[in-house]
Amino acid sequence: MTEWLERHIPKMVLAPSFAAVLVFVYGFIAWTAWVSLTRSRLLPKYEIEGLIQYERLFNAPRWDTAMSNLFVFGTLFILISMVLGLMLAILLDQKIRTEGVLRTIYLYPMALSLIVTGTAWKWIMNPGLGLEAMVRGWGFDSFTFDWVINPDKAIYAVVIAGVWQASGFVMALFLAGLRGVDGEIIKAAQVDGIPAWRIYTAIIIPSMAPIFLSAFIVLAHLAIKSFDLVIALTGGGPGYATDLPATYMYTMAFSRGDIGQAASSAMVMMGVVFAIIVPYLYSELRAKHD
Amino acid sequence: MTDVTLAPAAAASRRNWSHFALRWTLFTLLGLFALFYLMPLFVMITTSLKSLEEIRTGSLIAFPREVTFDAWRTAWSEACTGIQCEGLRPFFWNSVVIAVPAVAISTMLGAANGYVIAQWRFRGANLIFSLMLFGCFIPFQVVLLPMARMLGLMGLAGSIPGLIFVHVIYGIGFTTLFFRNFYVTIPQDLVKAAKVDGAGFFRIFWSIFLPLSLPIIVVTVIWQFTQIWNDFLFGVSFSQAGTQPVTVALNNIVNSTTGVKEYNVDMAAAIIAALPTLLVYAVAGKYFIRGLTAGSVKG
Amino acid sequence: MAPILDITNLRKNYGATEILKDINVSIEPGDFLVLVGPSGCGKSTLLNCIAGLEPISGGQIEIGGRDMTHVSPKDRDIAMVFQSYALYPTMTVARNITFGMKVRGADAATQDRKLQEVAAQLQIEALLDRRPGQLSGGQRQRVAMGRALVRDPKLFLFDEPLSNLDAKLRVEMRTEIKKLHHNLGATMVYVTHDQIEAMTLATKIVVMKGGVVQQIGTPAEIYNKPANLFVADFMGSPAMNLIPARAEGNGEGTRIEMDCGGSAPIVLKDSRATGLPQDVILGVRPEDIAEAGFRAGEGVQEAACLIDMVEPAGADTYVVSNLGGKQVTARLHAETRAQPGQMLDLAFDLSKVSYFSPATGERLN
Repeated sequence: MTEWLERHIPKMVLAPSFAAVLVFVYGFIAWTAWVSLTRSRLLPKYEIEGLIQYERLFNAPRWDTAMSNLFVFGTLFILISMVLGLMLAILLDQKIRTEGVLRTIYLYPMALSLIVTGTAWKWIMNPGLGLEAMVRGWGFDSFTFDWVINPDKAIYAVVIAGVWQASGFVMALFLAGLRGVDGEIIKAAQVDGIPAWRIYTAIIIPSMAPIFLSAFIVLAHLAIKSFDLVIALTGGGPGYATDLPATYMYTMAFSRGDIGQAASSAMVMMGVVFAIIVPYLYSELRAKHD
Repeated sequence: MTDVTLAPAAAASRRNWSHFALRWTLFTLLGLFALFYLMPLFVMITTSLKSLEEIRTGSLIAFPREVTFDAWRTAWSEACTGIQCEGLRPFFWNSVVIAVPAVAISTMLGAANGYVIAQWRFRGANLIFSLMLFGCFIPFQVVLLPMARMLGLMGLAGSIPGLIFVHVIYGIGFTTLFFRNFYVTIPQDLVKAAKVDGAGFFRIFWSIFLPLSLPIIVVTVIWQFTQIWNDFLFGVSFSQAGTQPVTVALNNIVNSTTGVKEYNVDMAAAIIAALPTLLVYAVAGKYFIRGLTAGSVKG
Repeated sequence: MAPILDITNLRKNYGATEILKDINVSIEPGDFLVLVGPSGCGKSTLLNCIAGLEPISGGQIEIGGRDMTHVSPKDRDIAMVFQSYALYPTMTVARNITFGMKVRGADAATQDRKLQEVAAQLQIEALLDRRPGQLSGGQRQRVAMGRALVRDPKLFLFDEPLSNLDAKLRVEMRTEIKKLHHNLGATMVYVTHDQIEAMTLATKIVVMKGGVVQQIGTPAEIYNKPANLFVADFMGSPAMNLIPARAEGNGEGTRIEMDCGGSAPIVLKDSRATGLPQDVILGVRPEDIAEAGFRAGEGVQEAACLIDMVEPAGADTYVVSNLGGKQVTARLHAETRAQPGQMLDLAFDLSKVSYFSPATGERLN
């Protein structure tokens, strides 16, 4: 008996967590997938009706906006954060005495709630009293910076706040990567008389490919899940100009009482995350088994 | 690197000069970026200390002419979140009451799970780990609807225990990942030696592994605390008027449409909501960064 | 005497892969058994099976006459020293050593008495309050041994305990382990990939490869009469020369012919060998090839060889020539005048040689 217990205790310790994950992650995904195939409205129904919810979804102009916003936001957010992060990392890598302080300054936004970030930037970008008013106050009367209330530009305002929050984090990732490069390779290159910028472009940056991948994954993941920032900064507006799939789903689930639409939009989000994460996780896990 | 040089004096001074110019460009750039990152915090703080009158007439980035803490008082105890006008205070405490047990429970579970997965490998353990890891990456929208119903069935709908439960469940994946990645770096011989010494599963965990886990416990606690404190999605989905966390209340204050828009109160409220995580970052930034990079670089 | 460790028909699989195949080993009290082989040969797995840290797929393990096949490690009356030392990082040296006693519920006085005994024996009294992180490699090694000694077990198990030490310390600790074995009269099972360690420490060696026991014997048996080509090649440094040769038997022994670079083949006569097949591999240790005139006795045959290379090594000088398409090393005295490119008469001591079948690799004589 004690022998048996001894052998199985590890499994028994892991079991509750695993069961919870099975039910609350995989079971719930299955539930959502099921409901996305029904005519559920305010209350879930369980009779499968096929893909009608997805048809409704893809015919909804609002969903269309949400998806194209995700594309615009995602692309710009990831691209700018990566470029900015890499640049900061390289600048900080030049044996700066104040590196610690600067790193702390660049990274602190990551500790904030996106609601706080959204609130702050909403105020800064407020056309009547924020940046616009300030620059006009300096004498540039025609200066306009009304992105938060301009339906065509509002999504770019979200990009600014998002980049402000996340680029320091990308910097930290890249800086760790730069420090991880084998010092002997760099010394060898220096001895060969290769100029510093060539050492970066030809040796160091290519060797950080895995970090680019991780940064991309994390940022893409943040972009797809981003909900708080839009809510706080623009509330999805003006109109639904800054809707993202996440806010669309939330609106359908909790304000419109359209569970079918909520479920199907959640499943599409899941699909997008899957498409990005699964190959990554697969390669990560396989690399570890080798 | 260029300190020792046998070049003629003229060349050396030219090199020194270009070196000097480069350094200055570098510092200027770094300084400008620092301003970019600091500006919002600066604006938040100064705005929160100004009167509404001064905000309307002054510049965004001007220092307050007259420092007043009225906005802070209002934000803390008087501002309206919808129909309720008690300020941020009750919601701040809600967040504390949610975060503390949720962080503690998810960290403990993560430690136990990580210990099992890293040190007591059994067939299928890797699969279980992969499945749990994947749970970290799902968009939570996909579980919102069933979780709302489940909390209803459990009688936890709109309650603080319900939010604690949700945060624990969806925190396990990350906490397990942290501990597992920490414990795999510890040689398996340690468990073997302890087994030969006669210690069992719990004894080995308690006497040998837990005492050396302090760094990873700090990383995990900070990570979980930041995540849970800053959470908005679960908070807004699963709470009701009296049980909302501070982020939800902040959003309500900022977006409440009644009365005059008090920007100074909004900013004070935002700072109050951000203060705990900023404090953690200031005190234990090293561990915060380690958590961020551990959670992303190495899956 | 009853064997203290008796392993019969032990098998171990991981899924479909067989890690250990039909292992049979038994040792007497006081034996020092060394399991040696290249990495991945299964020697450490076998040790873990003996300790009960790995379940086995078949067969039986008896320790001290008791069937321990399914007994958990703590009840097997063993102690183990690990390659990484596996000292508990947050405990002091004293607590590391007494942890096992504490778990078993020994009273404080006993713990302290035994601790002092062992500390004195290993000369680590001054270290008792330190933590493993503050110790040097050699000191950690001693503490790990202390933790094993304090248990006073029937069987000591060592898993490559010296492989993390630098060369000088390794030799010192090797001597110390040997002394310990001698003083305690304890029975030990010791895993290593270092054949010199195996030779110096063991009273009995098990050579393993690919989960199969290749040969069991005393160091002398393993060295002088390797059971197959693998053992011949693995044990001894520099390695035994394994020279493809042709054998031709007649009434008075066997004529051995080896190709020699471009010149005429070398022919030796071995009067003892009989019944060899036509193709053989001649195994001859470097020290059994000497400069002509420096080795005499029955079975010594001389032949002229072209010297390719001369490698002075202080006490000896190694010369390399090409025989049967192989680099053949001979160990000559330090003062030899041999020069590369020169013909030199070498004396082969055929009384010490081994013959192997090229097809099976098994020993023939």
